[in-house]
Amino acid sequence: MRVELKHIHKRFGAVHANNDVSLLVEAGTIHGLLGENGAGKSTLVKMLTGFYSRDSGDILLDGKSVAVRTPIDGVRSGVGMLHQDPLDFPALTVLENFQTRSRFTPASGSSAQDLAKLAQQFNFKLDPNELVSNLTVGERQQLELLRLLSLGVRTLILDEPTTGISASQKTQLFNAMRTLASQGKSVIFVSHKLEDVEEVCNHATVMRRGQVMGSVPVRKGDRYLSGQLVDLMFGRELALPNKPATARPEIGLHMKNVLLKSDNLSVKIDDLKIHRGEVIGLAGLEGSGQRPLILACAGVEPPVSGEVFINNSNLTHKPYQRYLDNGVCYVPADRLREGLVAGLTIQDHVAIRNPASGMFLDNNAMNAKAKAAIAHFNIRGTPASKVERLSGGNQQRTQIALMPNALNLILMEHPTRGLDIESTLWIWKQLIERCQQGTTILFASADLDEIMEYSDRVIVFSGGNASAPIPANELNASKLGEMIGGKF
Amino acid sequence: MSKSQIYRFGSLISAFLLIAAIILTTGSSPFAVIGTMLSGAFGSGDQLARVMVTLIPLLLCTAGVIYTFNAGLYNIGVEGQIVVGAVFATWALRLFQDSVKDDAVPGALAIIVALLAGGVGGMLWGLLLGVINVYGRVNEIFAGVGLNFMATGLAIYLVFGPWKRPGVASMSGTQPFDDKLWLSTIGTTELSPVGILIAALGLLITIILISRTHYGLRLRAVGNNLRASFILGIPATRQLFSAFAICGILAGLAGALQVLAVFHRLIPSISSNLGFLSLLVAMLITYNPVFILPVAFFFSALNIGALRLPSDLKLESALAGVIQGILVLFVLLGRGLSERYGKK
Repeated sequence: MRVELKHIHKRFGAVHANNDVSLLVEAGTIHGLLGENGAGKSTLVKMLTGFYSRDSGDILLDGKSVAVRTPIDGVRSGVGMLHQDPLDFPALTVLENFQTRSRFTPASGSSAQDLAKLAQQFNFKLDPNELVSNLTVGERQQLELLRLLSLGVRTLILDEPTTGISASQKTQLFNAMRTLASQGKSVIFVSHKLEDVEEVCNHATVMRRGQVMGSVPVRKGDRYLSGQLVDLMFGRELALPNKPATARPEIGLHMKNVLLKSDNLSVKIDDLKIHRGEVIGLAGLEGSGQRPLILACAGVEPPVSGEVFINNSNLTHKPYQRYLDNGVCYVPADRLREGLVAGLTIQDHVAIRNPASGMFLDNNAMNAKAKAAIAHFNIRGTPASKVERLSGGNQQRTQIALMPNALNLILMEHPTRGLDIESTLWIWKQLIERCQQGTTILFASADLDEIMEYSDRVIVFSGGNASAPIPANELNASKLGEMIGGKF
Repeated sequence: MSKSQIYRFGSLISAFLLIAAIILTTGSSPFAVIGTMLSGAFGSGDQLARVMVTLIPLLLCTAGVIYTFNAGLYNIGVEGQIVVGAVFATWALRLFQDSVKDDAVPGALAIIVALLAGGVGGMLWGLLLGVINVYGRVNEIFAGVGLNFMATGLAIYLVFGPWKRPGVASMSGTQPFDDKLWLSTIGTTELSPVGILIAALGLLITIILISRTHYGLRLRAVGNNLRASFILGIPATRQLFSAFAICGILAGLAGALQVLAVFHRLIPSISSNLGFLSLLVAMLITYNPVFILPVAFFFSALNIGALRLPSDLKLESALAGVIQGILVLFVLLGRGLSERYGKK
């Protein structure tokens, strides 16, 4: 089925998630939709499938304009989506899940036959009586794919399907996609993995900050393709390194033979030595392994194996409190979920960070402290302001204000996400002042300009692989982009 | 009046209208009910004393659940903690009753030990709930309901088994204790000055701890956001356990006082559902312990005042529970509506 999206707009509050997006997917092709997290890919395909409604723009299927308002509309018009986390019922069996396709449950005998026939077509091996909760993500994808096909879907959307599945399952999935395309169906493959797109797609469209940056045909063995895609994904020009030298000869952070695990990722770091006063940028698409590293350094989620030294003291498997005592401070990206306590005021937070002697709260002293912090860090609020009422920038300033004075190691995720330029500059000024006093900083950011501008060295992450630290002045946009896309 | 106030006030009015409508369907007049309940609760000194007798355990339990509420926990297990407190207190009294009878041990000492035992028993039952909740990852409501059943089962087993009355065991409880083991009461009432003192102290300490100390602030932080509190350096698990423990101590004391001052024995329904009632009070006042006293007093008065309804108006005394339930539901509804739609 030919899918055409014309001038689609979608806003979520102040965020323009899709800004005049147009996309053409020919029948019988596999179309890659590339972009960083937050580029607007998921929003776009969710409007095509009826999970979101668009603010304006047209959707044409085989040349006919359709109004897709609900997921049922989507399936009726022949568009189905395989979600990153499959939308199935883990407590039911494979066959029962397959049967949820129709309003009236058909005889299980005929359903079982349908399932077996479809599965055979794609060489999937699914036991109809197995509980879905016992399946791997890859098998659940296969089941969902068969279910959608049995519903008569002629355009299939796959949202980041290659995360968390095995290599053989990936091969099977790609083969299935090719089979579907050869039958005249269209496939939209949403991903941030360059390799996968290059392997399986006929065409690729790159989105960035809610807009389509470009659309290119994918030909096997095209040497310039990945460079082209990287340019489209990250922009051609990057900021130049612009940070005074603050690194000292002593080692501030040392990790030895560390193995980190998160939900569907494992990260290995053989030997990492970071100097005191140094700023290390962690580049890469979100979910490539930066967060497990940051949480391990912070003492929040200890590594599976290996050792962590901070300023020469061995903190391996020590409780989080010991990390705090050793001057480690973690500033999370999700301010209201992890960094600040919604419901409490700025003054409350100041008091939490200053557990003064004695059991009673010294309201006058804390009020004075909070006032001083608000003035010094230029927070728009009062000591009695609840943190959830502050703007994002002021929440971030509050997080910075709450950092203890003398620190050895600061770990930050997206230190300036969603902030205006003035706040960004201001926050980095504060951070660099701390580096000059010998504090080491590790920060993850999706903003490559920020990485280039403020890092001494950069570690690039891709799908759980971490590069050795590379001096920022030896990096350029295409090298960084290729590494982020998985080519080390 | 702001939109948010209209929702809150409106829901309160609706609650009263609904209560009035329910009373009207029984063929009675709402004003007659109010009059009867007022005289039932405050008509005489004795009646006021009975209100106070209900108020003492209610205050202690509400003060207790305020800790867990602030820590973000719905501690329905408070009911069982009262029972286990009463069981421990009874056990302590049974150990001493013979030597007290022989004047080998002063009764006051036995009473103090029994009070302490009650607090310890409630605390252990509360900590058990904490372990199941924190380490077993079982929701504290389900775990609490389970432990409540176990606590009641324990009391019934003791009353009918090892601690049964000489002769025949019955629901009326164990053999009453010697009056040397009774807490002294005012006049012929069941109102004990020691009970008043303990409840007042519990309430006062709670108000101070929750609203004036670092401990209370940390508790509120943990209750609002466990993860962020942990990252900010609060020992979150310890904080949760302390809330379970303190709540257990206060509920256990309430149970011990029920044995020492009111029933003078262990009965299967020793808690008189006051734990559940304390949850209602706590929901009405949310986090602020300052309002415990007035609301708990009002609820106690409803409970006692309603006892007059059957004789005077031929109405069920369960009407008190209906009124309390409707009030809580509508106040919560008003709060929810004003949070959802009340913003400008």
